[in-house]
Amino acid sequence: MNSAISVRGLRKSFGEQVVLDGLDLTVPEGSVFALLGPNGSGKTTTVDILSTLTPGDSGEVRVAGYDVAKDPRAVRASIAVTGQFTAVDNLLTGAENLRLMADLLHLGRQEGQARAADLLERFDLVEAATTNPSTYSGGMRRKLDLAMGLMGDPRIVFLDEPTTGLDPRSRRAVWDVVRGLVADGVTVLLTTQYLEEADQLADRIGVLNGGRLVAEGTAAELKRQVPGGSVRLQFTDRRPLDDAARLFPSAALDADALALDVPSDGGVRALKDVLARLDEAAIEVADLTLHTPDLDDVFLALTGRPTPEEVAS
Amino acid sequence: MTTLGLTLNDSTTMLRRNLVRAKRYPGLTLITAAVPIVMLLLFVFVFGGTLGAGLGGPDGGRAEYADYLTPGLLVLAIGAAAQGTAITVAMDMTEGIITRFRTMSIARGAVLAGHVAGAVVQTLIGLVPVVGVALLVGFRPSAGALEWLAAIGVVALLSFAISWLCVAMGLHSKTVEGASNLPMPLMLLPFFGSGFVPVDSMPAGLRWFAEHQPFTPFIETLRGLLSGTEIGSSLVESVAWCAVIALVGYLWARRNYENRPAR
Repeated sequence: MNSAISVRGLRKSFGEQVVLDGLDLTVPEGSVFALLGPNGSGKTTTVDILSTLTPGDSGEVRVAGYDVAKDPRAVRASIAVTGQFTAVDNLLTGAENLRLMADLLHLGRQEGQARAADLLERFDLVEAATTNPSTYSGGMRRKLDLAMGLMGDPRIVFLDEPTTGLDPRSRRAVWDVVRGLVADGVTVLLTTQYLEEADQLADRIGVLNGGRLVAEGTAAELKRQVPGGSVRLQFTDRRPLDDAARLFPSAALDADALALDVPSDGGVRALKDVLARLDEAAIEVADLTLHTPDLDDVFLALTGRPTPEEVAS
Repeated sequence: MTTLGLTLNDSTTMLRRNLVRAKRYPGLTLITAAVPIVMLLLFVFVFGGTLGAGLGGPDGGRAEYADYLTPGLLVLAIGAAAQGTAITVAMDMTEGIITRFRTMSIARGAVLAGHVAGAVVQTLIGLVPVVGVALLVGFRPSAGALEWLAAIGVVALLSFAISWLCVAMGLHSKTVEGASNLPMPLMLLPFFGSGFVPVDSMPAGLRWFAEHQPFTPFIETLRGLLSGTEIGSSLVESVAWCAVIALVGYLWARRNYENRPAR
């Protein structure tokens, strides 16, 4: 299969600050690749370089087979970008925004109108066609934004944190749009801070940290990279917690929650062993939960810090 | 389509967008058109009697000053409209849609050319009420149809050149406030030229500046076309200044646009 996006040794600094430090990335045609990383890991800069907004300092970047530095126009003709900040004209109605795209794409009146009508219908935006985006909900703005990008029938779509700041319902609507694109054979590169989003949408996930990919694979492959889960012991008091912590020196202490995470492969034998040792030392445990590895653990293990909490909106 | 065809096509699309936006957000256009009218009334009615007498013409007074003042005021109005252009461009650049344009295969410079064309159209429309009020307060041009057409051409030429400069200023400014301040000298320059009083009434150093600054030949050309005074080399100088200002503005604007940070 041909690769829609290929990046080799991409570096980018802003002054002293190194943002991308030798990024390598390959996205096969027709697949969804999720670039997962915390704020400041270089996700947006990567999208900016791939979409010709910013030049990289060094390295080779090819999008749709074209070199972004040498042939930006050909790249632009093949892509659509939806960024974190909605790129719609707030003084034009939904339909006028789409018509603007049609004119800039030289679609011709009839084809432009047909595509606009189809996208308004598909994205449930028919009512928004005659009103200004300033009156839209966040989800509607994002959908119009996506629809504007899709007017040009792009082969590759970049989505930079497409669901940041959206309510759960709008988020699912955007996910449906992405799945629809995949069904049409479009290549999607999306960036996200949300593990669930990557898990839901992506064929492959790249974990970006400190300007380079620290891991890459399917969600299942990434989960396998983490040695195991843990047994979470919950206490009602600080004393038994400290006693238990001495008993399991490799465990992680969560003093605020009065909890102790004892590493474990999640098997019955290991669990029995933990309980037996607690019994022996006569330590009261209020509650116990088993924790099997998920992408959160992957993230923590690979980047040394937990993923940012989802902001409730 | 040829490159030129594409550029025209995309620039026209951008022009249409800018005109729709101006229509839906008319505050700025109205203010930049109102400033020269207020100045006109101020100068004709407050200073006009004295300044007109100083011109030493046969009629003297207010009516003669209205004739003298109007060409300079039209140039000032172009400067005021250009300030609006810089603000409009700076505001537009804060919109996410500009980022989208830059990721699309649009003819190079079309976004900017659309702004310039929109500015020229708006400036010409904004000058109509200024001329109307000038006629009301005593401006009596001697120009025939041909002279009026030529005057409109000169005004459009200056507006075109100044608009490129102000599009560049709007792009250069990091904030909308900055874009509002940067073109200020353009509003002041007609005062340090032949716009409000004849340059031979000025002290030597200032007079030299007034005679050689770019707005003076425009004002003299307009005055000649509208009131029949001597034009001399002013028209040629105007066209030359126009070419220089437009080229500098174009190159500066292009550089600012291409080298913008991603967002």
